[in-house]
Amino acid sequence: MIEFDYTLRTVALGAAVLGLSSGALGAFAVLRGQSLLGDAISHAALPGVALAFLLTASKAPLVLVIGAGLAGWVGTLCVMGITRTSRVPYDAALGIVLSVFFGLGMVLLTYLQARPQASQAGLDTFLFGQAAALVGRDVATMAGIGALALVLMGVFWKEFKLLLFDADFAAVQGFPVRALDIGLTTLLVVAIVIGLQTVGVVLMSALIVAPAAAARQWTDRLIGVVAGAGAFGALSGASGAILSATTARLPTGPTIVLCATAVVVVSLAFAPRRGLVSAWLRGRRNRQVLRVAGTLEDLYTLALGHADPHYPHPAATLRTMTHSPDAVEPTLDALRQQGLVEARDDAWALTGRGLAEAQRLARDRGEGRDA
Amino acid sequence: MTPQLEIQVIAAVTAAACALVGAFLVLRKTALLSDAISHAILPGIVLAFFQTENLNSPLLLVAAAVTGVVTVALIEALGRTQLVKQDAAIALVFPALFSIGVVLISRYASGVHLDIDAVLLGDPAFSWIRRFEVGGRDLGPQALWLMGSVLVAVAAFVVAFYKELKLSTFDPALAAALGLAPTAVHYGLMTLVSVVAVGAFDVVGSILVVGLMIAPPAAAWLLTDRLPVLLALSVALGVVSAVAGYWLARGLDVSIAGAMAVVAGVVFTVALAFAPDRGLVAQARRRARQRVAFAERMLLVHLLHHEHTPEAETECRVGHLQEHLRWERSFASRAVKAAERGGAVRRSGDRLALTASGREAAQRAMVA
Repeated sequence: MIEFDYTLRTVALGAAVLGLSSGALGAFAVLRGQSLLGDAISHAALPGVALAFLLTASKAPLVLVIGAGLAGWVGTLCVMGITRTSRVPYDAALGIVLSVFFGLGMVLLTYLQARPQASQAGLDTFLFGQAAALVGRDVATMAGIGALALVLMGVFWKEFKLLLFDADFAAVQGFPVRALDIGLTTLLVVAIVIGLQTVGVVLMSALIVAPAAAARQWTDRLIGVVAGAGAFGALSGASGAILSATTARLPTGPTIVLCATAVVVVSLAFAPRRGLVSAWLRGRRNRQVLRVAGTLEDLYTLALGHADPHYPHPAATLRTMTHSPDAVEPTLDALRQQGLVEARDDAWALTGRGLAEAQRLARDRGEGRDA
Repeated sequence: MTPQLEIQVIAAVTAAACALVGAFLVLRKTALLSDAISHAILPGIVLAFFQTENLNSPLLLVAAAVTGVVTVALIEALGRTQLVKQDAAIALVFPALFSIGVVLISRYASGVHLDIDAVLLGDPAFSWIRRFEVGGRDLGPQALWLMGSVLVAVAAFVVAFYKELKLSTFDPALAAALGLAPTAVHYGLMTLVSVVAVGAFDVVGSILVVGLMIAPPAAAWLLTDRLPVLLALSVALGVVSAVAGYWLARGLDVSIAGAMAVVAGVVFTVALAFAPDRGLVAQARRRARQRVAFAERMLLVHLLHHEHTPEAETECRVGHLQEHLRWERSFASRAVKAAERGGAVRRSGDRLALTASGREAAQRAMVA
């Protein structure tokens, strides 16, 4: 029996809040093909954390989050600037910003370490995150910022949706597309910095992408993807944090990421319609339908060669006419059960209904060809 | 060699190997696969480390190569389902594998020499400590032998399959049609990226290795259009970043690996700004030059239009250009000077007249 004490409740609540906001806000990034931007932003935030501490000597979550946010934002602008003004591809620009900013963060952190008067203990939790260290104040900060970001998303819902699906049309309609683009990216930065302290810069991007990738499998509607991603994010965050807090030597960030990955795997496999299992079943059904129609038509073609449309032919003949000969016998059995063919001394013939069905299929196909 | 020199040589060799494979990643627009691979090989490394307990063991290279290829195959398989986009597939696969590695370390590796900070951040400062000894003779640091062999392997691969690499990078369809097996080349390259990443782990860590793989080649690509030059330049810029980073870190007493990435970033920024043809400064100057060149043509056409007309006296004057063409005074005089220098316009006082060649140029501009 897990003891649901105050600390655990705080940690679980905090992780759920960050999962909710990063999932919901990440949905836009994933749908816009910016899944890896989150990775660059979260790494780029590190020097901001160190600089904020260096300048203010404060470890208040709000101060560090603002520093992280500004650095992440600058990193994003660098990516946009590099791709707009040079032939360096988008992903290379992301990689450069990611590692150079992170390197700068390392330089600043080691610089802080070398100064004995400034205790930087706690700053390196930003690398891998530490949910166990969350206190009520942190959760309140996270919830406040996250709620603000979600409200902004709601206020500009129509604009963001238009930007996502048809940016050119939005521009023609007179929407300030560039400002909206920067606004939406800023919300992504906010979603990322909220989670840095809990999940860490290395793995935060997974919490942006995974919930949205999972939610996308279940629905085709934007509101559904955003809400689903929020719910999956909260679920992954809370379950990961609880698992990590109640198991010895299980770091929080990786546990949350693995929970989110499990949600993705389940969604990819079992989502109705898009899921792999459902696609496989559909494929099998389609193949069967095609085989049935094919066998029926083959029998009809053979019968046309004789004056008698009900002339029987052995299965061996039919086997030579198809790409999947082994499926001929089971298909004939299925057809017999439907009363479309009958067995006559080791050979197969169309019944009256089977002939009508074969003629209908041939007619449909002929029309298809004409059209 | 002193430890200081050894550290620099190790860092330089690492940077060279990174830049050489990274150049192809940048050109193939798969730069972030380096990020994915350098993180995702962690579980492979951890499992191999449990076997050998030595971070410089060749077994780690094998494990990393296998894990790296599996990672890329997973990403591509996930992308092929078309359920998620390719970039989302990358962002889903490597954090999951990296998380497994971190969990393995924290659950089962407490007490052995492998902590997450070391894996993630690396530190060249200690890379010289483990020595390679044969029969009691010290042959140098293990890390140098390891990275040296990796560099030789990468260079050998690039030389041996240069034609295949080049063609499959710039025209994969043609490479496939000619039977150069672009898929095999792709996976060969991915194997090398994994091997370099694991070799560099110890020295610069899994995040900064991305910087050494991408930033120097991206900078080099802004400086040249030729592949051999680009490869040589990438390696040179990588080595410069490594050595300069070392001295920067020593001066400020900060992380060497971090400083190497920062210098690589500075090198890239300098290339972005000052590259002779493609740099921001060159772009700005070209635009300014084109503006004057266009203005000069405009001036010629203007003069031609009013030549031999009653209003020529007022229209064909320097002062009038501000009014008629709405040019700033300084811009107008630049355009006029350019036209004078080119021998298209003769100036007497404030009055402007076309020369024969200027008239011809104006007529050509009207036709074109």
